[in-house]
Amino acid sequence: MENEACELFDSGHRACGGCGAALASRLILKAAGKDVIVVSATGCLEVFSTPYPETAWKVPWVHSLFENNSAVASGIEASLKRQGRKEKVIAIGGDGATFDIGILCLSGAFERGHDFTYICYDNEAYMNTGIQRSGATPYDASTTTTPAGRCSYGNPRPKKDMPAILAAHGSPYIATTSIAYPRDMIEKVKRAIETQGPTYVQVHAPCCTGWGFEGEKTVAIAKLALETGLFVSYEMVDGSVVKVKKVLRKPVEEYLSTQRRFRHLFKPKRNDAEIAKIQAIADRNAEKFGIDIKLKKPAAE
Amino acid sequence: MMEITEGSHAVAHAVKLCRPQVIAAYPITPQTHIVEALAGMAADGEIDCEYITVESEFSALSACLGASAAGSRVYSATTSQGLALMFEVCFNVAGLRLPVVMTIANRALGAPLSIWNDQQDSISLRDSGWLQFYAEDNQEAADLHYLAYRVAEDHRVLLPAFVCFDGFVLSHTYEPVNVASQEEIDRFLPPFQPPQRLDSKDPISMGMYATPEYYMEFRYETDAAMHRANAVIQEAGMAFDEIFGRNYCGLTESYRLDDAETVFIAMGSICGTVKDAIDQMRDEGEKVGLLRIRCFRPFPLEEVRAALRNAAVVAVLDRNISLGSRGAVVLEVRDALYGSGVKVLGYIIGLGGRDVTKADIRKVAQLAKSGEGDLFYGLRREVL
Ligand SMILES: Cc1ncc(C[n+]2csc(CCOP(=O)(O)OP(=O)(O)O)c2C)c(N)n1
Ligand SMILES: [Mg+2]
Repeated sequence: MENEACELFDSGHRACGGCGAALASRLILKAAGKDVIVVSATGCLEVFSTPYPETAWKVPWVHSLFENNSAVASGIEASLKRQGRKEKVIAIGGDGATFDIGILCLSGAFERGHDFTYICYDNEAYMNTGIQRSGATPYDASTTTTPAGRCSYGNPRPKKDMPAILAAHGSPYIATTSIAYPRDMIEKVKRAIETQGPTYVQVHAPCCTGWGFEGEKTVAIAKLALETGLFVSYEMVDGSVVKVKKVLRKPVEEYLSTQRRFRHLFKPKRNDAEIAKIQAIADRNAEKFGIDIKLKKPAAE
Repeated sequence: MMEITEGSHAVAHAVKLCRPQVIAAYPITPQTHIVEALAGMAADGEIDCEYITVESEFSALSACLGASAAGSRVYSATTSQGLALMFEVCFNVAGLRLPVVMTIANRALGAPLSIWNDQQDSISLRDSGWLQFYAEDNQEAADLHYLAYRVAEDHRVLLPAFVCFDGFVLSHTYEPVNVASQEEIDRFLPPFQPPQRLDSKDPISMGMYATPEYYMEFRYETDAAMHRANAVIQEAGMAFDEIFGRNYCGLTESYRLDDAETVFIAMGSICGTVKDAIDQMRDEGEKVGLLRIRCFRPFPLEEVRAALRNAAVVAVLDRNISLGSRGAVVLEVRDALYGSGVKVLGYIIGLGGRDVTKADIRKVAQLAKSGEGDLFYGLRREVL
């Protein structure tokens, strides 16, 4: 395996200070090493990492369009196979590219069984175009297309379950992870790349600009997402969940209150009913994945 | 070796001889027979390629883009709605300077839905940066693939190419075609040697983001490559002639043009009918001729200008229309002849598979002589 001290995602790119996607890219390349070809979708990462004539990518990299990175990756994989080359192929896309506009190409590539790894850095909205909702935007988050207002609590729909959709394609390895847990993320990306066939890693990657928090809090907020059960870190092998990160769960408002996108739930008046609905989402996650660490003695009776 | 074969199979066979390493295509009438034939060859091990059965034309061309960027010779084929679905990728492939070759079995675009022939599909992508060749018959349809790969992959060009042939009229018609041998094609078409490719031994970034300080220069260079292709096509045409004895040295073909007063301009299979009509009219003493456009992109401006210098009137047959303006070909021809005093008239004809006969061509000649043009020819006014 490559030396993880090696930096293949260069500094000096144009990301915001505290960008979760930039950190994700750095970790992805630490896991992947040099012998890869990366296909990026249009989005923040592509734009901030390759302002011509500069590039942050020290591995071969190509960007075509917003919605076709999986199809481009299919072609690269076939091309390498025909030439007898051994590089691994990684497609990277934001949540918009992955959950929404690129799902046709993604579904096709997974169904055909190409040997490649798809990594979604999930910042839960279209950030590059100015914070519009996507299918990955959580319930009640205020975005520029689902703004909170007199008749709106923000995004009216819960997040789409993308890993389950890809598991239904028969993918041999699917994982969720977070930039807050670099060791976990690197292990999962490595395992995804090493597994033959189409594999998927969804990386929770907070966006300070889009979510509304100070850039130095990115990792702390990513941790809170996991600790509240709003984000679950797990691995699926051949469609079954095999490993889940357990937590001593905190109430969701500890996470929600740190971000401007949920401010309307607390100001001008606390909205207990909506906060309870979000707590219910976390509770369902906890039950479905069994993330709660059961203490020997219950904390309170 | 002469073989009586269906147009689609002649094309598929030509593609096989070009040794594509990756094929990605999606079925659509009337292109389907080509990709079925290639799938059959792949299944029998007659062609050594990766054949990707994509879920859409959008992915077909996207996969070709990736495969080409990684250094393989690639192939796709489509038409009409499929090409329209590829619109965004087409511009991207050209901007990335990837020499993808794609057959277009020309078909009308909906609505209303039509599976029949005209050239609206490829013409609508005239600004996308793809070379565009139009075949008159199936021999030429096959041959243009060899030519297209050689020109597209030439380092002076590095642009993708459409080889267009009329849906059904050619794709589903059996004609005698002189089939080349692998040895001959290998002599004419060297293996693909990309100047750059995605390779972990020599990492590059492709498809970056360009600010206003850089974008225009990219466009300029792509346009310059398109213009350079003109000479490269002629050069390849001459090399082809030497091996095969079939002449594609120009981007146009002249038919009985020398002393012609009324000159037709057209592209594709309709030219066969035009030539027959010209023979008839010549027998009757009419001075008529044809300038066939074989390559629409790059547009052979100088060739057209020189060929039409002595014409009295030029009748351009367009199997497409830029709605709200005119046919695409007549606009180009008028531009080429600007200031020459030669009269240029346009006729929108044969859209959506409407048959065009010798009698129609003779009528157009009469209209042109009497100065009547810039019209839809053969409208059924009773259904309007
Ligand atoms: C076909 C197409 N539609 C829309 C856009 C505009 N666009 C570019 S990036 C983007 C959003 C990207 O969102 P995501 O994939 O989540 O990545 P992020 O910017 O959040 O990192 C949009 C809408 C485009 N480039 N192409
Ligand atoms: Mg996003």
